[in-house]
Amino acid sequence: MTSPGETSRRGLLVRIGALFNLVAGVVLAVPIARYLLSPASRKRTRAYESWISLGAVDQFPAGETRLAIYRNPFHTPSDGDTAKVPCWVRHVDGNAFQVFAINCAHLGCPVRWFPQSNLFMCPCHGGAYYADGSRASGPPERGLFEYAWKVESGQLHIRAGELPTPGLTTLGVRRSRWA
Amino acid sequence: MGLRGLVRWFDERLQLGKPMKAVLEHPVPRQTASWFYVFGSAALTLFVLQLVTGILLALIYVPSAGEAWNVLHVLNRDVSAGWFIRALHGWGSNFMVAIVLIHMVQVFLFGAYKYPRELTWVVGVLLLLVTLGMAFTGQVLRFDQDAYWGLGIGASIASRVPAVGHAVVDLMLGGPIIAGATLSRFFALHVFVVPGLLIAFVAVHLVLVLKLGINEWPMPGRLVRRATYVQEYQQLAHEDGVPFVPNAVGKDIVFSGIVLLAVAACAFFIGPFGPGGQPDPTIIQVAPRPDFFFLWLYATLSYLPPSYETPVLLIGPALVVLGLIAVPFIAGEGEKSWKRRPLAVMAVILVAVGWASLTHLGLHTPWSPEMDAWSGQPIPDKYLEHRTALERQGALVFQLKQCRNCHALEDSGGKRGPPLDAVAVRLTRDQLIRQVIQGGGNMPAYGKNLSPPETTALVAYLETLRPKGEVPAQNASNAAARGSSP
Repeated sequence: MTSPGETSRRGLLVRIGALFNLVAGVVLAVPIARYLLSPASRKRTRAYESWISLGAVDQFPAGETRLAIYRNPFHTPSDGDTAKVPCWVRHVDGNAFQVFAINCAHLGCPVRWFPQSNLFMCPCHGGAYYADGSRASGPPERGLFEYAWKVESGQLHIRAGELPTPGLTTLGVRRSRWA
Repeated sequence: MGLRGLVRWFDERLQLGKPMKAVLEHPVPRQTASWFYVFGSAALTLFVLQLVTGILLALIYVPSAGEAWNVLHVLNRDVSAGWFIRALHGWGSNFMVAIVLIHMVQVFLFGAYKYPRELTWVVGVLLLLVTLGMAFTGQVLRFDQDAYWGLGIGASIASRVPAVGHAVVDLMLGGPIIAGATLSRFFALHVFVVPGLLIAFVAVHLVLVLKLGINEWPMPGRLVRRATYVQEYQQLAHEDGVPFVPNAVGKDIVFSGIVLLAVAACAFFIGPFGPGGQPDPTIIQVAPRPDFFFLWLYATLSYLPPSYETPVLLIGPALVVLGLIAVPFIAGEGEKSWKRRPLAVMAVILVAVGWASLTHLGLHTPWSPEMDAWSGQPIPDKYLEHRTALERQGALVFQLKQCRNCHALEDSGGKRGPPLDAVAVRLTRDQLIRQVIQGGGNMPAYGKNLSPPETTALVAYLETLRPKGEVPAQNASNAAARGSSP
């Protein structure tokens, strides 16, 4: 028999058992947390974006805005059509381009270009943008998202790979490239 | 060994007979055997229907962004009764949300959340949330255009969370874009995580209902007091009570049957929901719209001033949930009858009217431009008759520059901007020119996009848009300057 204050053998065994399970819990929790957070881990997200070609420059006549489609640089086998991403390419003139994300800066619906009125219009809540992507009217608080671009050996390249969303730009941490 | 012997053999080992009999026959106050008390059990019945049809769908469905849409078509066309199972699951979902909401209103109006049933109410609020969570994640599994762009809307909202918005978006999408990983995780949420929570909460909810007893019929003037309530309830249940089975359960069974038949009728006569267009992001001719029970949110988002959106989106839902959870702690005692709780009744009416109005607007989306109005809806003839060549040229500009996408004539065209049938009565020539060129009040400026002759023609046409016999708008100061009254 044990007197009060003393630890019995059974009590000690329970404590040791609890300790073992705690250790096992931590051992399991770390990889589980890493697994769950993987899509947002820094190592991953750094690999999301890369330069990607939209095709030859002469596909985009000067003074016009055309829809271009690229395959997202980061994709998985089950993506199907969703790996394809559309964007609007505006060839201002000469070697000057603007490449806009398809997603409205309000809630991400796909904006459509109307060459007759030189406006981008959003079908969801009626956001409208001018030809240079600046905000014209409606709920968006900013202009269209723009991709960084460069012309290399006659090909138009953009830096792409992530869904542009309104909150990200204000952070300026990883988001500085979204002009 | 007959059937009776078989039952006895099992019960000797399981020993469930006695406790089950006690549960089924527990006394409830006589007046709770009422048609007002059938919604909780109907919600449970619908949940079972959703479980069964959900498992049936999972036998065929493939949670792959590349294949899900095609498999939904296989279900609709190639699998025997596949369309009907999809329809049952879709309509069952709508009915379940509706019944849960009705149940909540009934419980609120009958004061059933008061002492000692506060926790039952709180778990009920959680059940409402997970039910809505099922509806939202289920809408994603119907992986069509609406689902795809709906996820984009979800990501845009999530991205507004300060500091961690970006990580939240990556975690929600399972990667940098809406793609295969996104559908996989919504599948896991819809078939494992959220139903797991739902089952756990339902179990706690039911245990609480059994332990604390069904809420007695509220009598005006019979107040709830912490010190005496439990004793009063026991007295009511035992002295003027009836056994739950068979006395009270009859109406539950009848109503559940009616609800199941209604779901089946909707499924059979109206059919399954979609799928809509192919989830190919390069098809941008879309007008995404959420499912019925999220339309009010869609409408709210388009009417909020832009600067209010982020705070309302991020703080609003938390406040609503906290407010609901707080109800039994604010009013845990006192009057139960809705006849003596005018504020409660008014709150329900206010929420219901607000919700219905927003849903109605969400069905008609007057804030969305009609993207094809300029090419698909010609100007009605009577708005072209007796016009000069210049004015008709202006009508052409009006059509070709997509003005009709936002402005209606004779109710055809977008409703984003005001209809222009009588614009010349409201605006003078100078005001028209200014509005066209500079825009403002939610209209883009067309200054850069119209040549001077186009503007002249357009304004000449707009000046003809006034009903017969009505005077065109005039600048009063011009008349005053000329020394004559208008």
